[in-house]
Amino acid sequence: MRAFTGLYDALDATTATGEKLSAMASYFRAASPSDAAIAAYFLSGQRVRRTVHTRLLVGLTLETTGLPAWLVDACHAQVGDLSETIALLLPDPGKGTDASLTQVYEASIVPLATSDDAARRAIITDAWRAMDTRQRYVYHKLIRGALRVGVHKKMVVRAIAMAHGLEPAIVAVRLSGRMDTTAGWYRNVISKGAGEDVARPLPFYLAHQLDDPPGGVLGDRDRWLAEWKYDGIRAQLIVPQHGPPLLWSRGEEDISGQFPEIVAAARGLPPGLVLDGEVLGWEGEGPAPFSFLQTRLNRTARTAGQLPLFDPRRIVLRAFDVLRVDGMDLRGLPLRRRRAILESLDLPAPTIAATTPVGEPAWEGLARLRETSRKWRVEGLMLKHLDGAYGIGRTKPGDGTGWWKWKIGPMSLDAVLVMAQLGTGKRAGLYTDYTFALWHDGTLVNFAKAYSGLTQQEIERADAWIRANTLRRAGPVREVRPEQVFEIGFEGVHPSTRHKSGLAVRFPRILKWRLDKQAGEADGLAALRRMAVEGCGLHPNA
Amino acid sequence: MATALPPLVCAAPGGLAVDVGGGEPLAMIDPWRPAHLAIITHAHADHAYRGSQRYLCAQPGAGVLRARMGKDAVVEGVPYGQPLRVEGRGGAVEITFFPAGHVLGSAQVRLRVLESRFPADERTWVVTGDCNFTARETDPNPTCARFEPVRCDVLLVESTFGLPIYRWPDPREEFAGLNQWWRANAAAGRTSIVLAYGLGKAQRVLAGLDPTIGPIGVHGAVEKLIPEYKNEGVALPETVHTTQKARKGLRGVGLVVAPPGILGTAWLRGLGDSRTSMASGFMLVRGRRRWRSFDHGCVISDHADWPGLLGIVEASGAKAVGVTHGASEPLAKYLRETRGLETFTVPTRYRGEAQEVAADVEASEGE
Repeated sequence: MRAFTGLYDALDATTATGEKLSAMASYFRAASPSDAAIAAYFLSGQRVRRTVHTRLLVGLTLETTGLPAWLVDACHAQVGDLSETIALLLPDPGKGTDASLTQVYEASIVPLATSDDAARRAIITDAWRAMDTRQRYVYHKLIRGALRVGVHKKMVVRAIAMAHGLEPAIVAVRLSGRMDTTAGWYRNVISKGAGEDVARPLPFYLAHQLDDPPGGVLGDRDRWLAEWKYDGIRAQLIVPQHGPPLLWSRGEEDISGQFPEIVAAARGLPPGLVLDGEVLGWEGEGPAPFSFLQTRLNRTARTAGQLPLFDPRRIVLRAFDVLRVDGMDLRGLPLRRRRAILESLDLPAPTIAATTPVGEPAWEGLARLRETSRKWRVEGLMLKHLDGAYGIGRTKPGDGTGWWKWKIGPMSLDAVLVMAQLGTGKRAGLYTDYTFALWHDGTLVNFAKAYSGLTQQEIERADAWIRANTLRRAGPVREVRPEQVFEIGFEGVHPSTRHKSGLAVRFPRILKWRLDKQAGEADGLAALRRMAVEGCGLHPNA
Repeated sequence: MATALPPLVCAAPGGLAVDVGGGEPLAMIDPWRPAHLAIITHAHADHAYRGSQRYLCAQPGAGVLRARMGKDAVVEGVPYGQPLRVEGRGGAVEITFFPAGHVLGSAQVRLRVLESRFPADERTWVVTGDCNFTARETDPNPTCARFEPVRCDVLLVESTFGLPIYRWPDPREEFAGLNQWWRANAAAGRTSIVLAYGLGKAQRVLAGLDPTIGPIGVHGAVEKLIPEYKNEGVALPETVHTTQKARKGLRGVGLVVAPPGILGTAWLRGLGDSRTSMASGFMLVRGRRRWRSFDHGCVISDHADWPGLLGIVEASGAKAVGVTHGASEPLAKYLRETRGLETFTVPTRYRGEAQEVAADVEASEGE
């Protein structure tokens, strides 16, 4: 626990990827295989099976410290992180425990999942007794499910590869899919010649953002494959030698249960096949509104089967690449060869089908076509070099091949800042969570919350303005003078019964602080309705 | 009943007014608008403003206050514990300074009415100003006099760190950590930058450094106050003013103490590859440390932590407690609910250590 807490502190102390990698690598090198497995598990963003509920942890803190609940809330608002707040409040931080991460995991983390609340309290209290403030803080992070220390799975892969002198690609494959916390699993990860489990997803190849017109950057049009960029869920379909087909999301989550119709359609496909594509809602000849797909997200297998009868929309997989055929790895082949193989496959249309390339022969024509994206409910175009291999992650090959996403700009509206809330984590103590509103019949109606898009200086300026222009306070929320106008960008609009405005926007973020505008010049709800009508077939009277 | 009368000390538009009637305040405590008599608890920028006709402060702080108020200011230092009679149209008040433990010359002010033409608030008041108090014997701040508890009826206490999350670690361990961080940086050929407010914090950091590790540089805002500290007999290590010429000797091995305002400015040029530490009580909270991406945080504060604030209130024996700046509402509510005290919050412009974390323009004007 001491070494892992030290690693946490080292990761927390720097934003440089190189320093984070070398801190992790030296941890993995020195740690026992089971400590390393547990560390890799949590650093990759995996969670414990049943996380500890906030209420239980706060209740235990109140009992232990004897402080009133309102005071703990005030501290939480100041710190912005409950794990840290509690660690700072607990009495008698000792010299810390010398137990290994595995010992702490087995004694104070694993049993939590199978215990009732009384037993869980006893386990946590015992753990606290042995730990110092920093260890308690990291322990809270582990049992509450999110380490959040600026590390992601790809970095863990690189660090393990660095620590043990392995190819990152091999470690990436071995870490794909379900991770384990055992010494055996870790030994397998770092072994020199273990077979790759074919039921696990291969690392996804990701595209870079294209900001300039492609002509100047990418060269000749005829070296590139153009496809519509669908607004769905990136997924890999794997047909293993044994057992049912599996669908994996880019987050390497098994989403087979959420989309049973795709799994059912894939049953007839030959074993050893791996397709890469997009899961999306389909209606007639093209994509359905994203909101249709959204109703299916995070469903369990049991409820996913209950589809409305007579709905003309369906869930489909549009495959744009083939990574394995008959278990043979095709990723090293140029895209034009992979594409030919993909098109030769006998896929169960319409549920599973290959994408249709956009044939427009000139960049200019393609650019014009891209402007119509919203009409087709797509996000823009994908451009893929026909001679390029299928890479790993967001790597940019040196030979000018690769994948590019050429997205249309976001929709945007000018809205008025009406409320602000204290941020969390790195933004603790600053008002960084904003609520924006649009005009409707002379009043302001809330339409979106946004957290990002301002520079550090702007955030500090906004914070000072918010503090000086508060009308009312309710806990951590401040209602402010409706004076400041911000340009808010978003990816789509769809009806929602949960929002006062009757509409919900996707991925709202701040594009610009419009200091040149008065509140009266902000947009109205009617403008958002118009976008909704144009964007996803919503009836104008909705 | 005394409490029904106008209080002896109250929040006024220009600062804390000391008022016994007679149409105008007898004096102002830490006024942010010019006053005819300004009683100054300490010389930090949010407590000492220029432009008042006459300044009264504790004797050890007079030099620092003069340095900050300009050479034409009328500054009068009064020894700690020596009562001073101040007269006005409404009557006369006794004013006594006691050490507040915050920075050199910082004082609590005890006030009581000696004579008055009108019925007056007869209670004894203590205004702590910014203060630092700890029961721990191992925690002396070697750069100023130790906080002295003062009995009173009404206590006006600061609450920069008025939440129970704030419990200071042993400063000896924090300084050991800081010196170790410096040593590691020097071994890797990196310059160490410690950000600390120019008056008080900077000198306390200097006093905690191990000068055998390497040369120590100071920013101009820190440099100009060092003579005042030496005049008061405070022992500080040998330092060099961080001029362009001196930087060569500091680069890669030295440690430079500078106000936070230099962060992200061109001032750091010429110091080579560097790492930054911030010395502040706020560094106890991870988010505050991460926000500006400090490489290291040194939890050293010149303000009382939560147990310290509760200790100050208890030692004063006050039945009524006013709380000002920082987390004033939670502390007031806590004292009311758990100690049964009469409490009130006092709106002021004092910002405590917040100004040390914010970019401090005033302090970096030195260069």
